[in-house]
Amino acid sequence: MWMLAAPLAGAGLAAWLAWRAGSDGATVAAIGALSGLGLLPAVTLRRYHVASRTPMRDEGEVTAKAESGARPVSSDLVSIAALAEPAIVVSGSWRAAAANEQARTLFGPRVAGSDVRQSVRHPAVLDALRQAMGGESPATREVGALGHADGAFRVRVVALGEERYLVTFTDITQARLAERMRADFVANASHELRTPLANISGFIETLLGPAAEDEPARRRFLEIMAKESARMSRLIDDLLSLSRIELDKYVRPQAPLDLAPLLADVGKTLAMRLEADGRRLLIDVAEGLPQVVGDRDQILQVLHNLVSNALKYGHSGTPIRLSAAPVAASARMEEMVRVSVEDVGDGIAPEHLPRLTERFYRVDTGRSRSMGGTGLGLAIVKHIVERHRGRLEISSRQGEGTTVSFTLPVVPKRIDERVAEGGEEGGAATPDRGGEARHKTETKV
Amino acid sequence: MATGPDAPRPSGRFDEEIDELRTLVSEMGGLAEAQIATAIDALVRRDGDLGLHVAEADAELDRMEAEAEAKAVAIIAGTAPGAEGLRELVAALKISAIIERIGDYAKNIGKRASSMAAAAPVQPVAIIPEMGRLASSMLKDALDAYVERDARLALDVMMRDTSVDDLYNSLFRSLLTYMMENPHHITPSAHLLFIAKNIERIGDHATNIAEMVHFQVTGQHLVERPKADQTPLFIQPRTDNP
Repeated sequence: MWMLAAPLAGAGLAAWLAWRAGSDGATVAAIGALSGLGLLPAVTLRRYHVASRTPMRDEGEVTAKAESGARPVSSDLVSIAALAEPAIVVSGSWRAAAANEQARTLFGPRVAGSDVRQSVRHPAVLDALRQAMGGESPATREVGALGHADGAFRVRVVALGEERYLVTFTDITQARLAERMRADFVANASHELRTPLANISGFIETLLGPAAEDEPARRRFLEIMAKESARMSRLIDDLLSLSRIELDKYVRPQAPLDLAPLLADVGKTLAMRLEADGRRLLIDVAEGLPQVVGDRDQILQVLHNLVSNALKYGHSGTPIRLSAAPVAASARMEEMVRVSVEDVGDGIAPEHLPRLTERFYRVDTGRSRSMGGTGLGLAIVKHIVERHRGRLEISSRQGEGTTVSFTLPVVPKRIDERVAEGGEEGGAATPDRGGEARHKTETKV
Repeated sequence: MATGPDAPRPSGRFDEEIDELRTLVSEMGGLAEAQIATAIDALVRRDGDLGLHVAEADAELDRMEAEAEAKAVAIIAGTAPGAEGLRELVAALKISAIIERIGDYAKNIGKRASSMAAAAPVQPVAIIPEMGRLASSMLKDALDAYVERDARLALDVMMRDTSVDDLYNSLFRSLLTYMMENPHHITPSAHLLFIAKNIERIGDHATNIAEMVHFQVTGQHLVERPKADQTPLFIQPRTDNP
């Protein structure tokens, strides 16, 4: 298993990479989605390379005032407004004869009509333009940190004839990011596995040496070793289930699912831990809750992770509320059911909220470890919810508690049924305590 | 203030020459921006060769500065500009000198990045890219303000310098603690401290450019700008494991 070999080999690198906290997100998916984008400029260009004889009225096709020749300026402009990516038409005198909407977003509204050496400035872009002006077209470059976007782009300059050059910018930020995330992830995972492993081998050494004859110490050490190895195997389980979920990320679940018995199940599985901490699980399922589309095991895992978190981070003796209620369908969104887990506890500071679903991100590393957390619980939840086309929301008020809720799509009704019902749908029975001081974060799909 | 595509295009020979100078200076700025980004990239990716490449590429900035200076002098000598033209020329001269200086900082970061790639990785390096992003976005906006003669954008840049300073302070503290943990950390940490200082200086210089642009456009100097580098007053880090 590769993850086990990695910790020792990558230990040095892991130390500093781990500092940067883990990255979540679908590494494989992002690369997959991006492949083929490289071809886009060439294809689109061929389709839209239509000379227009009419004067341009669109702002995206500003004519170059500085053009000094007698030739009618607008006649050979290319309709770049139709391109999906930022595109600029540059004249032989470096003027941006036209810039489409996306280019104006990237470089600021003033790019159209400006000297690109002043507005775009990036040396690699200018270099590619120079190359194309020198007769070598198309010229391509990959650049980082361009314009207002903090991203990487593939720049392509094509000569259009008559001293005109089309510059297109393809966003390759995601591909670069995915590459780095993968490296970070390996380093992080190995670092996380190394910690319990180091503990275990330390105790083994002690047991073999100085503590060989010390019966009480041996008992104590063995207990710690059991705990550490349990943590390691939990971590491996979590990593495996995370990668399985990612594998199926674009396979939408099909089966209809009743939530009420599922919620009750979670209560039963966690009954012992709940009791040990003097907690009660208050389950509140709205009457006539429609069936949802979901993978039973995965939803069970989500609920289990969320209730476990509430158990870990809520105050002893306080109740945990687990509720499910329909969300009113809107014109743009299908009908959903929202499931919320609410605890009474210290809450989470707002600066941590956006990062909670990152792999191995912890608000308090020591506390999480001492509770046996793997740092992957919420990452798994997020990926499962995303696979179900649902939305994860975490809101927290410090000193009061945290509410984590997610939505699941309702099984679509057949059209005749919907007509018969006349469109009366369940109201918003969502437990939304939305105060202004309450910080929220959302993970949209 | 005349800005954007509606701004009057250069008409006479003098305006044309000034515009050429402005183009040269903004091209320098673009190169400096790219140098900073590449140097920090080299540091984060531990790519020593890339760091040295940044150091070599700095010669181009020096050459461009000399060219800008020669051009400005030639314009002054050839056209006897009026007050406004002179203000513009002086600003271009000063800004090109500042950009050259910024290039030197990027060069230094590149060199240190290549030394650091040879040593063990240092934890607090993670804060550098964020600092770099902030500083280069300041430089970027300062240059945009220069090109577009936008006093409001210039003012905005001047107000942002404190965030770079804040990061510098926080890095300074964490590096001191980090060095106290283990003497082996000292060499790379010292490099990192200089790198952070360089970025902090880049932020200051971007602010200088913004100030000049603000003056050039409005004719008014700003009295005081916010400053938040507190490290000169720093004495001893608190540590839990003495």
